[in-house]
Amino acid sequence: MATETRTAQGASVPGGSSFSLSDPTVRAIVYQVLVVGAVVLVGWFLISNTLDNLARRSIATGYSFLEREAAFGIGEHLIDYSPKDTYGRAFLVGVLNTLKVSIIGIILATIIGTLVGVARLSSNWLIARLASAYVEIVRNIPPLLQLFFWYALVSDGLPPVRSALNPLPGVFLSQRGLIVPAPSDDPVWKMMGIALVVAVVVTLALRFWAKARQARTGQIFPVGWTGLGLILGLPLVAYIAGGAPVALDMPVLKGFNFAGGMVISPEFFAILTGLTVYTSAFIAEVVRSGIIAVNWGQTEAARALGLPSGPTLRLVILPQALRVIVPPLTSQYLNLTKNSSLALAIGYPDLVSIANTTLNQTGQAIEGVTMIMGSYLSISLSISLFMNWYNKRIALVER
Amino acid sequence: MTDNVQRVGLPDERPPANTVGPIAWLRNNLFNTWYNAILTVLVLALLGSAIPPFLDWLLIKAHGFDSTSPACRQDTSGACWGFIGEKLRFILFGQFPWNEQWRPLATIAIFIALLLASCDRRFWKPWFGLVWAAGLVTVGCLMWGGVLGLTPVENTLWGGLPLTIILSVIGLAVAFPAAILLALGRRSNMPAVKVLCVTYIELIRGVPLISLLFMASVMLPLFLPNGVSIDKLLRAQIAFIMFAAAYMAEAIRGGLQAIPKGQYEAADGLGLSYWQKMIKIILPQALAIAIPPLVNTFISFFKDTSLVIIIGLYDLLGTAKAALSDPLWRGFYREAYLFIGVIYWIFCYSMSKYSQKLERDLNRSHRR
Repeated sequence: MATETRTAQGASVPGGSSFSLSDPTVRAIVYQVLVVGAVVLVGWFLISNTLDNLARRSIATGYSFLEREAAFGIGEHLIDYSPKDTYGRAFLVGVLNTLKVSIIGIILATIIGTLVGVARLSSNWLIARLASAYVEIVRNIPPLLQLFFWYALVSDGLPPVRSALNPLPGVFLSQRGLIVPAPSDDPVWKMMGIALVVAVVVTLALRFWAKARQARTGQIFPVGWTGLGLILGLPLVAYIAGGAPVALDMPVLKGFNFAGGMVISPEFFAILTGLTVYTSAFIAEVVRSGIIAVNWGQTEAARALGLPSGPTLRLVILPQALRVIVPPLTSQYLNLTKNSSLALAIGYPDLVSIANTTLNQTGQAIEGVTMIMGSYLSISLSISLFMNWYNKRIALVER
Repeated sequence: MTDNVQRVGLPDERPPANTVGPIAWLRNNLFNTWYNAILTVLVLALLGSAIPPFLDWLLIKAHGFDSTSPACRQDTSGACWGFIGEKLRFILFGQFPWNEQWRPLATIAIFIALLLASCDRRFWKPWFGLVWAAGLVTVGCLMWGGVLGLTPVENTLWGGLPLTIILSVIGLAVAFPAAILLALGRRSNMPAVKVLCVTYIELIRGVPLISLLFMASVMLPLFLPNGVSIDKLLRAQIAFIMFAAAYMAEAIRGGLQAIPKGQYEAADGLGLSYWQKMIKIILPQALAIAIPPLVNTFISFFKDTSLVIIIGLYDLLGTAKAALSDPLWRGFYREAYLFIGVIYWIFCYSMSKYSQKLERDLNRSHRR
């Protein structure tokens, strides 16, 4: 029977009118229609319930609440903010705070992680063991617990403001965090920033020119040293040209808190330390596996070609190790960014914590959660786009 | 003549002291280059200045498990284990009724026994699924009560270590089949199914778990028909299942991708249907490859259950934090966090060691 049907079906003209479930194309279409139908049905059920519930509780949907006055204060802000500003601006402050802690955390975690990863492969037994212990302890304890610990260390372990520790003149350590003197306002800082940007641009142009010249004539130009000189030298020249200001804005105890100076709050310290330490343990493993993945024969071959150890590392080992390292490193960067949402638990005003306050005050639950998810999706997407571009650049070019 | 030939060999010379023995080990492993020597001395100095005070605090000057808060506050040079002694049962079992706390204890024991047994590959048989099911039913009876003369206990009173284990194990068990379907869907050649699965997986993996917990705690009640409500624990559990399914699907996809194309073609050549091919040929091989990454997913999942504190559930971390908020014991955070840190660490470290061992075993069988 089955054979007969199959023959009959096989003989039917493609695109003919015969409709049979044993035709894989037809079956695929039927399945997909069923699956999509089920998803749409469930979605419709949920949405209609939601609309019904919203109408019952008389909650207005939409994002118009972003225009309203937020009326809550935020401890840390990179842009000007006061409780009189709108919810939209408050949310922007949160996004910037998230970006701030993520970017600094990614840089620090990469540095520490690379050091620990290399240390784990050290020929020094003690250092290798110490690095392993660091990785195994840090990796296996929940990040939230680590955050609570760092936060308690500052907010419970340090003295109150009145009896703040004063290890160096102008540096205060207390429950309110670390307060250090800040350079006072001067146009020279802006000039130095411009000089730095110019130096970077010139270095990049120089690198481009040097590569082209090397390809043409074979002459090598020491881009590394020149670039370093430019990047350090130009801002220094700007600083001296601006009159080399040495005035510092010293923090002074006024009433219940310090005035002036630069403050690193306990919340920021805790979230930054927690994220950096936790992620660095994972990055150490990534770096270690990347280095192991490069065959020892590569080093021997480079030596046989007469390359000194510096260029061996830079031109032979690292390019191959990076190919192994970059994809898992990307996911660690993404994890760090997503874990920065734990800030909510210790009160650092990141985007989740501000969205949470917003949705508690306004009752706009759906909008709040979609805003959180949307922000993280766009941050994740940008990081992975950038890292994919970088990965493609360093990937093996096959003939 | 023969007398002149020495027949007995000389006794073996001992090798020079700098090639074997502890001195050679020191030279090769700690002082092999000048910079390693400097590093060794620096690290030893660092350890020497850090470890004795820590041991002092941890053990020597510490107050015992029966010490009281005022005594600890008077002499703060040592740890106050009286805090753990006093709050141990609260940290481990939360607000579970005091006289019934053998039930969460039994729950922990059952889970640990099941997890340990699952590590043995001899038990990787279909009947072991039934053992798990029986274990979960027993756990349900123990925790909820209401049968066999056990007093019913509301799940709002659950807390501590059982809650941590329940959230992670049940989350994993329910998410597993969903993850298989998602992974198969992602590799399917039906565009609509593929797009749906890819969207779901990437959407969940792109957002932090907190936002899913938020969604479960503030949006889920809006999604349900009027009058239907589900409790906080179940809402958190749903968020965990959604989260775990996406991550596990990626681990399983890795396993599916490692199966050579010839296996698919051979199954097709035998005339097997799609599901026969998957269940009998592909999945058994793919899942075996995917077990180490799945264990790693479970470890991170186990750590992530601590996030439920944010929506107001008391898991192990939550109970420790609640114990710290007792005015009598405020400030003993080092003891509290060290204690639960060690519990988390034992679970996660043993699982990660197991996953590494499993990976080595599987590699061995592949190399042949």
